[in-house]
Amino acid sequence: MQPLINSLPETVFTTKVDDLLNWGRKSSQWYMLFGLACCAIELMQTGGPRADLDRFGCVPRATPRQSDLMIVAGTLTYKMAKRTKLLYDQMPDPKYVISMGSCANCGGLFQLAYSVCKGVDKIIPVDVYVPGCPPRPEALTEGLLRIQEKMMRERWLVKPAPAAALRVGA
Amino acid sequence: MEAKEIYERTEQKFPGKISGFQGEVIDPNFRVEPQAIVEVCRYLRDDPELSFEVLSDLTGLDLPKDNKLQVVYHLYSYSKRHQIVLKVDLPRDNPRVSTMEGVWKVANWLEREVFDLFGVVFDGHSDLRRILLPEDWVGHPLRKDYVEQEEYDGISTERAPLVEKLLR
Amino acid sequence: MSETVQSGGDGFHTEDMTISMGPQHPSTHGVLRFIVKTDGEVMREAIPDVGYLHRSIEKIGEKVTWHGYVPYTDRADYLAAMFTNQAFCMAAEKLGAIEVARRGEFCRVIACELNRIASHLISVGTFGQDIGAVTPFLHALRERESINDLMEEICGARLTYNYIRIGGVGYDITPETCERITRFLDHFEPIVDEYNRLLSYNKIFVERLADIAVITLEDAYQYDIVGPNLRACGLKWDIRRDIPYSIYPELEFEVPVGTGEKGTLGDCYDRYMVRIREMEESCKILRQCLEMMPKGPAIAKVARKFKPPAGEVYVRVEAPRGDMGFYVVSDGSEYPYRVRIRTGSFTAMSIIDKLSRGLMVADLIALIASLDVDAPEIDR
Repeated sequence: MQPLINSLPETVFTTKVDDLLNWGRKSSQWYMLFGLACCAIELMQTGGPRADLDRFGCVPRATPRQSDLMIVAGTLTYKMAKRTKLLYDQMPDPKYVISMGSCANCGGLFQLAYSVCKGVDKIIPVDVYVPGCPPRPEALTEGLLRIQEKMMRERWLVKPAPAAALRVGA
Repeated sequence: MEAKEIYERTEQKFPGKISGFQGEVIDPNFRVEPQAIVEVCRYLRDDPELSFEVLSDLTGLDLPKDNKLQVVYHLYSYSKRHQIVLKVDLPRDNPRVSTMEGVWKVANWLEREVFDLFGVVFDGHSDLRRILLPEDWVGHPLRKDYVEQEEYDGISTERAPLVEKLLR
Repeated sequence: MSETVQSGGDGFHTEDMTISMGPQHPSTHGVLRFIVKTDGEVMREAIPDVGYLHRSIEKIGEKVTWHGYVPYTDRADYLAAMFTNQAFCMAAEKLGAIEVARRGEFCRVIACELNRIASHLISVGTFGQDIGAVTPFLHALRERESINDLMEEICGARLTYNYIRIGGVGYDITPETCERITRFLDHFEPIVDEYNRLLSYNKIFVERLADIAVITLEDAYQYDIVGPNLRACGLKWDIRRDIPYSIYPELEFEVPVGTGEKGTLGDCYDRYMVRIREMEESCKILRQCLEMMPKGPAIAKVARKFKPPAGEVYVRVEAPRGDMGFYVVSDGSEYPYRVRIRTGSFTAMSIIDKLSRGLMVADLIALIASLDVDAPEIDR
């Protein structure tokens, strides 16, 4: 016991358990390689040497079963829509979706097309939209940081109040 | 070899089936009857003076004003460095023509695409089904009178109102 | 999902498996799907299923104006966007009988050859990654970042450029950019040797690729294989040399051809080496262009409402994936009547079914990577 006295105080810090859990989760988001079109190349370059995604702990995974972030990069066509929903369902909870690029946000410049789905949010719920055609690596990194902020706001140990109690006052 | 000479040689070999030579345009072309297109292409490929080794492109062109659908063949020769364009006129309500698969194997995929987007049926094709659109798609989009469907697979195809105004 | 049941020599029953590879898979060739019927590790056939990225670019050509269609051609092949831009603009210029500004032609060639180097870097890098070598991919991305910086200086965008316009180019190349390009070339030419040391003469790489999926010249004619794939079969054919356009007749460069150095002529290794050598040739072309650049305007005067007379034209351009043809029909109005894009990857897909009989599943990956197919080119 003797060596431990007065040797710990600088290295002890207090926080909430929720914050600790969220800090662990946000620092290692594993994203699924779901590059469909041109934005996939910029996704690759963001994971590349200059704008490095690995410094945030983001590792690309090929399979949805091991990932918790889905970056939809590129145009979604009607033929691909069913498979996108299948892949989203195969991801384990809690999962997040970044819609990268104009085509995934709203159809982009292919609004006049007959075979393009006008936005990926018609199929799956989206957390962060990153605009651009294609977005620069810095823009995608900003989108990732917004997801991190969203993750930090989540609460796991304290359940939110049920909706019936809120309606009493109204 | 000049395009006029190619046309004259082919007309000599297939009298009555070739017509409509246009030589003053950027890409000289001539028309071929639908029944004779496969033999004409085989002759153009095998003749040692002409030797069109490759089929560069096979595509369709919708001309509703003349009430016809054209299938356009671009042939090219690597050894002789000349090219020619063949056109086949088909009626719009029932476009059928024989397949080019026996002459050039690349016609398999090119004809599937023309079937998918224009609705032209190629007789004798080994596997004529849609290639770019989903299997249960209704309609042939590249026709000029194509109307989009209201929804596909539960997803509505409605656009924002501002975009609807831009659609011609 | 298994069909045929066979009986082996000593009463050993086997079944075939049908596996679906894709459309989401960890390779950069895009959303492609292969329905692979295998007998264990050896394939019976691999049927491609395409159309997951069909964005109806050809139909959109009938709804937007001539000038307004140029950004859409970018997306027809986003790894080689300058070439598609150039092909469409050449078609519009031929129809409208417009003469391109001479400085504009030089700017076009500089932009196109830089884009060719970038596209071949991706092709070589992802080839290594698909085989299993992840390091050369990161090296390729590093060089590509430098090229992206140069492209940003030239035209403002990193991937979809919209730079080559009807009559010339959108923005002029300044002397500072020319100096930066020269510095990039001084840095890049020795680096190609690094790829040779890392990948090309690596024993594992050579053994994975030699004698796999040989394409004979007769097959190449039947299936209309173009570009580096055709040159790897032994035919010395390059649109820049044989159907010349722009200022290529004034430039001196070699056309690399496959030699069958490590296996048979026309195998995967030849297709890979042709691309490495083409990168070196592009560097030579760039240096010549930078020396010979004349002064003058970068774009000719073209009407805002561009209305070429009625007619049709077929234009070919030597893109990194082969001979890209644009068949454009005009009816005299300010919207094109029909735009047809014929790409090298579409016809290269049609040969995969034939070549994959008897190959192993890992060789299918090598075959797809060596043909350098690209989903937007196939589906448009």
